[in-house]
Amino acid sequence: MNFPSNLKYTRDHEWALVEGNVVTVGITDHAQSALGDVVYVDLPRVGRELKSGEAFGVVESIKAVSDLYSPLAGKVVAVNDGLPNDPSAVNKDAYGSAWMVRIEIADASALNALMDSAAYTSYVASLK
Amino acid sequence: MANSGLKRTALFEEHQKLGGRLIDFGGWELPVQYSGVLDEHRACRAAAGLFDVSHMGEVHVEGPGAEGFLNYLVSNNVSKLQDLQAQYTVMCNEQGGLVDDLVIYRRSREKFLVVVNASNTEKDFSWMQRIAEAYRSKMTGSSFTLTNESHRYTQIAIQGRKAQEILQKLTTTPLAPIKTYWFAEGTVLSGIPAVLARTGYTGEDGFEIYVPWERGPEVWAALIEVGAPLGLKPCGLGARDTLRLEMKYPLYGNELSDTTNPLEAGLGWVVKLDKGDFVGRAPVAASKEAGLRRALVGIKLLERGIPRHGYPVRDSTGGEVIGELTSGTQSPSLGIAVGIAYINLAHAATGSRVLVEIRGQKIPAEVIPTPFYKKPY
Repeated sequence: MNFPSNLKYTRDHEWALVEGNVVTVGITDHAQSALGDVVYVDLPRVGRELKSGEAFGVVESIKAVSDLYSPLAGKVVAVNDGLPNDPSAVNKDAYGSAWMVRIEIADASALNALMDSAAYTSYVASLK
Repeated sequence: MANSGLKRTALFEEHQKLGGRLIDFGGWELPVQYSGVLDEHRACRAAAGLFDVSHMGEVHVEGPGAEGFLNYLVSNNVSKLQDLQAQYTVMCNEQGGLVDDLVIYRRSREKFLVVVNASNTEKDFSWMQRIAEAYRSKMTGSSFTLTNESHRYTQIAIQGRKAQEILQKLTTTPLAPIKTYWFAEGTVLSGIPAVLARTGYTGEDGFEIYVPWERGPEVWAALIEVGAPLGLKPCGLGARDTLRLEMKYPLYGNELSDTTNPLEAGLGWVVKLDKGDFVGRAPVAASKEAGLRRALVGIKLLERGIPRHGYPVRDSTGGEVIGELTSGTQSPSLGIAVGIAYINLAHAATGSRVLVEIRGQKIPAEVIPTPFYKKPY
């Protein structure tokens, strides 16, 4: 499993890349592997205000349906519009072309609640 | 992994070696996938897939009264079976609901092998014993035995257009003459006794192989070894489900339950109301007389989404709930989202437009002919 050290992580298996006051969000390598072949992705509209932990979309594999949760509060400022037409990118490139939304951070202190790569690695190991 | 208390088939270590992802399936620890559901599904459609189905239950029904008892137990006409022929059928309860669907193999005039669903094995065997008791008191002098032999069989399914070619490399029993739903009593490898049946649950040509429990691993490993160069891949429960779904083959627990009317489930072809009495005959006949209310149909979504078990189906105006999804998936072979649903008869005709409710959104769908998938050979 690959959990890049430049990212932050949630207990619901989203990753977050912080750049200035914007965070880019997707699902982790562990999440895509656990889901299996992803065949459907539903994402929110630009402009939607999200609370921390709010479900903002859905990812479905052949076998399972899984909600996507916002790692922090803020406004959706960009959405990966191409992803719903190419859901398998989630399996192939979870940290790259399969990014899902960019959120403008409402409160930067919320970042402290996210795990770093080492903490997330132990967290995933603890789930087995 | 700590011992989970789950039952394991003889092939458990083979699944581990192959990197299978093991899950709890009705109390059995079985692989849901190895390389991935889509990859396995496509391998089975393009070449061949190998499935461990040892969790299925096997019951021997033997003796001069076996055929008569089975004819009372199940809905299809067991008397039509010849030696080495198999038959798909259902067992009804006294209300006309379904105890299970099953396959009966006639090995000889007085020896039948009855194969039932894994998660139902205990329930089914108790039911069969109960009906046997009732039958014996009704038909004094009827002599037959009923034994649960599930632990004695490893059952392996090899499915796909290359299945015969691969299996023939491991058996001297000629496979080509075996017709669909017939079988041979032969051997595999160096004299391992095997039932070789041209049956399956994928919509492909292929075989289901019954060998002694403890000989399973060597047969499985040999099939992988000779099959891999021809494109065979091991397939888990995930691909088994998408493959059967593309054929609209029912799955007990999804399409079938103890309150399902077999005629509404589209199983009228195995319900022989005129063959004589059988358990559940009267209520099923009465339901036919009174008129059926709903039908099990195939649908495809006309917009993006994945239909799933339990989703409501509404009429095309979005008003009334007219049915419910029993299964659904993104069809790997067809690239469209398909589902199986019970729909009220007025809306069940091919071409009928309906709405599937997915997380509060109403997605347009159409009733289409089934099976969704037809093999091209």
